[in-house]
Amino acid sequence: MTAALLSIEGVSKRFRGLLAVDNVSFGVAQGSIFAVIGPNGAGKTTLFNVIAGMFAPDRGSVAFAGERIDSLPPDEICRRGIGRTFQLVRPFPALTVEDNVVIGAMLRRQDPAAARRHAHDVLARLDLFGKRHQAASALTLPDLKRLEVARALATEPKLLLLDEVMAGLRPAETDRMVLVLIELNRESGLTILLIEHVMRAVMALAARVLVLHHGASIAEGAPGAVVREPAVIQSYLGAEAVD
Amino acid sequence: MIARVLDGVSHRGVALLAMLLAVLLAVPLVANDYLLTVLIIVLYSAYTGQAWNVMMGFAGQLSLGHAIYVGLGAYAAAALYVHFGIAPWLGLAAAIAVAVACGAIIGFLAFRFGVGGVYFAILTIAFAEFARIGFDHFQWVGASSGFFLPVANYTRNDLWNLRGNPTMFYYVMLVLTAAAFALCHALLKSRIGYYWQAIREDEIAARSLGIDTFRYKMYAAMLSAGMTAVAGVFFAFYYNNLFPEQVFHISRSIELILGPIIGGIGTLFGPLIGAFLLTGLSEAMQELLSALGFDVPGAKQVFYGLCLAVVVIALPGGVWPWLAGKLRVTRRDA
Repeated sequence: MTAALLSIEGVSKRFRGLLAVDNVSFGVAQGSIFAVIGPNGAGKTTLFNVIAGMFAPDRGSVAFAGERIDSLPPDEICRRGIGRTFQLVRPFPALTVEDNVVIGAMLRRQDPAAARRHAHDVLARLDLFGKRHQAASALTLPDLKRLEVARALATEPKLLLLDEVMAGLRPAETDRMVLVLIELNRESGLTILLIEHVMRAVMALAARVLVLHHGASIAEGAPGAVVREPAVIQSYLGAEAVD
Repeated sequence: MIARVLDGVSHRGVALLAMLLAVLLAVPLVANDYLLTVLIIVLYSAYTGQAWNVMMGFAGQLSLGHAIYVGLGAYAAAALYVHFGIAPWLGLAAAIAVAVACGAIIGFLAFRFGVGGVYFAILTIAFAEFARIGFDHFQWVGASSGFFLPVANYTRNDLWNLRGNPTMFYYVMLVLTAAAFALCHALLKSRIGYYWQAIREDEIAARSLGIDTFRYKMYAAMLSAGMTAVAGVFFAFYYNNLFPEQVFHISRSIELILGPIIGGIGTLFGPLIGAFLLTGLSEAMQELLSALGFDVPGAKQVFYGLCLAVVVIALPGGVWPWLAGKLRVTRRDA
C-alpha cells in the first residue's frame, strides 16, 4: 500500500452539546477509493466539512500530501488539490451549465478559452455536454449532482470528496456514475473519498470503508468484511441488507 | 434570481450597438441644447449605473451608498482645481485614488468581518451619511454653503480644463459611457468576471472551487468606487457647484441604482436601457406636463416609483433580458 494522501488523526468536532465527530482517525491511500458510510446524523458531512476547511476541528489533525491543512480556509484547500461536492447541491443557478464548470476550470487556467476547452472535456465525461447551454437552475436533481462532480473535477483535484452524489439517482444512473468514477480513478489516478448511502455504489467502488455511528468510527476495512460486522449491521444496515 | 448576464453578444447585438453608437455620435449635429442636456443626464446615469452594476450586478454586493464615491471624486478634483489650479484630468487620478481607498475601507470592514447582504447595504448608507455630514463642516471646500468652480464666459471649448459648451460635455460623457461598457464587457469575459458571478450566485460554492472570495469582492468594491469617482469629476465640472446635502444625499444613491435595476441587474445593456427609459421618459413627461400648463413638483419621483413598481412586478429580471429575447440578440436565442 502506498503512503496516505489524506490522513485524519483523532479529529473531533463539537457543536455545543453535540459531539458530531468523535476522535476519528483514518488514512486514504494515494490512488484509492475510500467510502464513509453510516446512518443519518452520524457525522459524515461534518467530517467532510472539516477536511474541506469549512470548520476547523476542535481536536486532531488533517494532513494532505504530508502537510497539515486543518487550519486552512476552503479556497486554499481547493487550491492545494482537494475538490468537493455538496450534499445539498450548490450550483450557480443563473449561469449556464458550461459556465458553472468553466469557473472550476479557471483555477488552473487563466485563459478563459483554455478553461472552456477543459470544461468541455469534463462535461462530456459527466454526460452533461448536450445540456451545457442550459441554465443550471433548469437542471433536474440527477443532473445537478453530476454538475457538482463536474465542477469539482474541473479544478483538477488530487483528491475528490463526494458527498452523497448517488442520492436521488435511479439505479441505471447510479451504475453510470460508478463507471465514470472508476474510469477517473483508473485513468488519472484520482483519489476519491465518498460519503454514500447507496450500498450498491459503495460495494462497487470502494476498496476500503469506514463506518461512522454517533460521530465515532465503529468499523473500518474492506467493504465485504465491514458489512458483515455485527455492530455495523445493528447500527446501520439492518439484518436484511446482508442477504 | 438576478438576471442572467448576457453571454456572448451575437452579431445582431453588435449591429444594434453600432447603430446606437452612430446615432449618439451624430446627435449633437441636430439636437438643441435642451435635448443635449437631457442626453448628458442619460449618459451620466448610464455610466454610474454601469459602475454600480460591477459591484451589485456582477459580484452581488449591494451598495446603497454610491453617492459617496460620486461626492469624493467631485470634491477631490474640484478642490485641486480651485485651490491649486490642477486640471481635472490630473485631478481625476486623485479623485479615483480617494474613492478607491474609501471603497477599500468599506469593503475591508464588511468582507473581513462577514458583514453581508442587508447589513452590508446599511454600512454603505452609513458611510455616505458620514461623508455628507463631514463635508457639511469641511470649510476648505465650502462646507454646507457649497463649493463653486469659477464660471467664465468661454468663447471656445477647453477640453483640458473641462470648460465648454454642452456639446463638449456630451462627447466626454459619451466616451466615458462607451469606455465603461467596453471595460465591463471585457471584465465579464475574463476570469475576474466569472469569479464575481460565482460569488454572486453562491459564495460558499465559489470558495470550494478555490476562489479567494475576499480578494475578488475587494476588487469589485474598489473598481466600482473608482469608476464612480470619474462620474463625480464630471459632475463637478459640469454643474460647477457642489453641496454636500445634494451630492452625498441618499436619494442620489437611490437614483443611481434605479437605472440598472429597471434595465436589468448584472447585464451590460441594463444600465444603458434603464438610463434611457428613466431619464428619457421622465423628461418627456415633464415637458408634456408643462406644455399642458401643469406644475407638478415631485412628478419625477412618482414616475420613478411607478417605473420601479411596473418592472418589479412584470419583469423582475429587468427590461433588457426581456428585450434581448424580443430582439433575439443573446446567444441562446440567436
